[in-house]
Amino acid sequence: MSFVLDVFTVVAVAAGAFFFVAGTVGLLRFPDSLCRLHALTKADNLGLGLVVLGLLPQVEGALAAGRLIAVWLLAQLAGTTVTQLLARSARRSGPLA
Amino acid sequence: MTVAWAVDLGLAALIVAVAVATVTARGTFAAAVGFVACGLLLALAWVQLAAVDVALTEAAIGALTGMLLLGAAAHLHPTEAGMVAERPGVALRGAATLLCAVVTGALAIVVLSLPDPAPSLAPAAAAHLPATELGNPVTAVLMAYRAIDTLVEKVVVLVALLAVWSLAPDPRWGGRPGASRRRQRDDALAFLAQLLPPIGIVAGVYLVWTSADHPGGAFPGSTLLAAMWLLARMAGLVDAPAVSRRWLRIALVAGPVVFLAVGLAGFAWADRFLAYPDGWAKPLILGIEAAMTVSIAVTLAMLVEGPPERSLSPDAQRAAGERSSSGLEPEP
Repeated sequence: MSFVLDVFTVVAVAAGAFFFVAGTVGLLRFPDSLCRLHALTKADNLGLGLVVLGLLPQVEGALAAGRLIAVWLLAQLAGTTVTQLLARSARRSGPLA
Repeated sequence: MTVAWAVDLGLAALIVAVAVATVTARGTFAAAVGFVACGLLLALAWVQLAAVDVALTEAAIGALTGMLLLGAAAHLHPTEAGMVAERPGVALRGAATLLCAVVTGALAIVVLSLPDPAPSLAPAAAAHLPATELGNPVTAVLMAYRAIDTLVEKVVVLVALLAVWSLAPDPRWGGRPGASRRRQRDDALAFLAQLLPPIGIVAGVYLVWTSADHPGGAFPGSTLLAAMWLLARMAGLVDAPAVSRRWLRIALVAGPVVFLAVGLAGFAWADRFLAYPDGWAKPLILGIEAAMTVSIAVTLAMLVEGPPERSLSPDAQRAAGERSSSGLEPEP
């Protein structure tokens, strides 16, 4: 059972890392601000979400698991808000910003 | 070579790279962002060194200083092009480089020439921990063994706020700091500012409360509280209080006053300044920390707000406007 959980952890965290790398590549390569923000949100939502999901079987107790999920939810909340604010500012300052 | 070793090496390399990028950045905004990133990486480094208390403080200081620096960068923005054009001469730049190299080199020599194992007071701090009834040796150092340092530190932060306030022009003295902000409809920031503070306030109070036995502390906790208030302020949900308000000033001095009072009472009950009576150390320390949390949170929030910029009453504001439009100096 623990072997299966370990495999699950490795697969999920690796998938999360993949989204972080993809988001970073997008941040560096995409042509304008809105596209770059789009790439970044993938790292935040899916990347961090998959890392947290992968780590859940490794923690002891529901409280620690809840804490991990809370970290993911708070990062989502902050990331979404900042993305909104940046996108609004980018739209106001024109397409080249 | 283990994985942990590779992580440490990567982290150290990243810190140096971000630090170099921050120093060599051309724009002040880029430099401020680099500084914030550097602070975050340093916090991770402290976690790797198992110094979670220091990591929390570093993260708190990094976020707070970052906000101050970003504000300063925004103020400097109109004049920045001129400043970049006026590049200092080779001699000045050479002298600055030399100074930085000497400081860095001296620090490196000191650190590398430490005896192995390095001299440590950690066993002594741990040995006397039961006397303080605390479980966290860092809090014992801050609030008992070296309480005088902590007391002076809090007073210094307060003096810094006074220095910021003293930048106010005379007609604005006693008024509200910062620009007024109006709440925007359907604003994402307002949504965050309504959703996050309940969580942030609980987390901030928890950090203070838990610091008796676990990593935490009054400083990170109050930084979190100040951040929650600043968030609501940025979203236009609350306004900054006028600096002449009595409750504000009482909140600002409450922490140092309580700390000083307990310290002076130490003469009566334990024959020494800042000594705690037997069996009362923990409640007294938590009491001081509670009062300090209020004071530090208010001080930090007001530090970010800056000097008073808006006059106290509409009448005074109008009077100040007339004076400036007629070109007369404000009355001393």
